[in-house]
Amino acid sequence: MESTILKQEQMPTEQKYKENVVIKNPIEKIESPVLKIDDLSVSYGGDKYAIQNVSAGIAKNKITAIMGPSGCGKSTLLRAINRMHELYPNTHNKGGVYLGDENIYELNPIQLRRKIGMVFQRPNPFPTMSIYDNVIAGFNLNGIKLKRSEKDEIVEKSLREVALWDEVKDALHNRGTFLSGGQQQRLCIARALAYTPDIILLDEPTSALDPIATSKIEDLLVKLKKDFTIVLVTHNMSQAARISDYSMFMYLGELVEYGKTKQMFTTPKDKRTEEYLTGKFG
Amino acid sequence: MNISTEISDRKMKQRLLKDKIFTNAMIFLAFLSGVPLFLILYQLAIKGYRQLNISFFFEEAPDTMEAMIAVANNEVIPGGIANGIVGTLIIVGLASLIAIPIGIICGTYLAENAEGKFAGLVRFIVDMLQGVPSIVLGVIGYIWIVKPVTNGFSALAGSVALSIMMLPSIVRSTEETLKMIPGTLKEAALSLGVPYHKVILKVILPTGISGILTGVILGISRIAGETAPLMLTALGSTVINTNITEPSSAVPLLVWEFYNDPNLVNMIWSASLFLLLLILGLNLSAKAIARKWKVQY
Ligand SMILES: Nc1ncnc2c1ncn2[C@@H]1O[C@H](COP(=O)(O)OP(=O)(O)OP(=O)(O)O)[C@@H](O)[C@H]1O
Ligand SMILES: [Mg+2]
Repeated sequence: MESTILKQEQMPTEQKYKENVVIKNPIEKIESPVLKIDDLSVSYGGDKYAIQNVSAGIAKNKITAIMGPSGCGKSTLLRAINRMHELYPNTHNKGGVYLGDENIYELNPIQLRRKIGMVFQRPNPFPTMSIYDNVIAGFNLNGIKLKRSEKDEIVEKSLREVALWDEVKDALHNRGTFLSGGQQQRLCIARALAYTPDIILLDEPTSALDPIATSKIEDLLVKLKKDFTIVLVTHNMSQAARISDYSMFMYLGELVEYGKTKQMFTTPKDKRTEEYLTGKFG
Repeated sequence: MNISTEISDRKMKQRLLKDKIFTNAMIFLAFLSGVPLFLILYQLAIKGYRQLNISFFFEEAPDTMEAMIAVANNEVIPGGIANGIVGTLIIVGLASLIAIPIGIICGTYLAENAEGKFAGLVRFIVDMLQGVPSIVLGVIGYIWIVKPVTNGFSALAGSVALSIMMLPSIVRSTEETLKMIPGTLKEAALSLGVPYHKVILKVILPTGISGILTGVILGISRIAGETAPLMLTALGSTVINTNITEPSSAVPLLVWEFYNDPNLVNMIWSASLFLLLLILGLNLSAKAIARKWKVQY
């Protein structure tokens, strides 16, 4: 499943499938989406696009999983949602992403990233900071002054939300890097939550973790959707099936299929989705 | 016929013996390379310890008459190297003040723009700088500062010459350290909306602090014992001088002066011992910092 990497020759060409794009305008498929991705194409330079004409609405307080074989543009799509792809100097994009009525490409990055937080594949707590300072790093690093009591409150609330509070409450001033991988990842989620974003983006958040830590994070995400909207890139189909409400299947930079997870896993509409889900490729 | 029968007991023993000889030879040679340092320390301690009293640290260098009388009476030469210590502190301190910020900024630039053409040029220049003979840097200090700025020999000129000398070590250690820091850390900060300059100042540099500090201290220890560039810039002074636009003494300059004065020759040992211990101390503290302040990521 995860281990079979598609060889270049076996990959059906883009052309072959161009005609049978199933979803013409998936934004409308989701009722009152918090986030609207509108005909978005992203290039890392030149006229080659890593994702092309992606349109999708993201449902509020749901978990949306993005799946697809390696290199299909999952991370690119995710990063385009909080403009992290702009880290690379030559990127440009067409189309837009709307948070409510605001075009995210017109917001400034601090504002935007306060509303759309991100968690990465490898846990990356700030190694010079204590657990406490890691949680409120978003405030400290941006020079947002808080009272001590406010800080304490945010730290406790965020750590409780990621079910880490009981494990670390007596060691808040120790370095975050002394925690286990799973604890570190929950700390990173807490760091993103502390900002009280509307949306949390996670790029394969459990791929560096063992099964127990993974299942803890999965439980956590399911619990968190009460307060947050979650978009999750995953290589792990069973994970998507377990926890997501909606799923996207991407292939060669294209959003091939998008819909309710249950429906996609039982009756996929596109042949490529079916092949991927049955392990024929990817 | 298989391998285990081929290697007979006798051969096996021979091999083990060879191994043993080789290992011991290595230990011996490693020990041998440490011998000069201990011999030097021993020599300096034996000849210089009598001179190492309180006044050695707090009094200015004696003049040749006082010294001659003391030597004639078989007494300890009065006075100390306070003018050299103060001069070294000021010259090296000022050189650090100039070189540390420039070096760290430059190293950060190189680490952040590993591929760029301009970065390549800067890296090349820094490497060249490393190989410039120290006396040439003295000439530079003379031309840049002694002549046009201070209108005469000065501590400032010495500092400028030495700052150029310590720059490469700071630049390269900063660059190497920052390159090791995983990019995910920068992403974490940027994903919180932190502007780039704050990511560098508040996340990346603090994470690399031990490596950077180690480079800084090694840079300081490299210039603390330099004599040649100071001869053309700071010149030397028989009294404590805190004005950086005036000529100033320094410990290595004093060693040179003692050498040139037959009556003061006995002071060489204690002054050299002091200098050597200072530099050893700096190197040890660099090691300690590299170990203790190491940031785990
Ligand atoms: N920084 C970059 N510069 C140039 N091309 C890039 C860059 N990052 C990704 N790409 C290209 O964009 C395409 C999509 O990459 P992306 O990382 O989004 O894929 P992915 O689906 O996340 O893959 P994976 O499952 O391996 O993480 C790939 O063809 C990749 O080579
Ligand atoms: Mg990816």
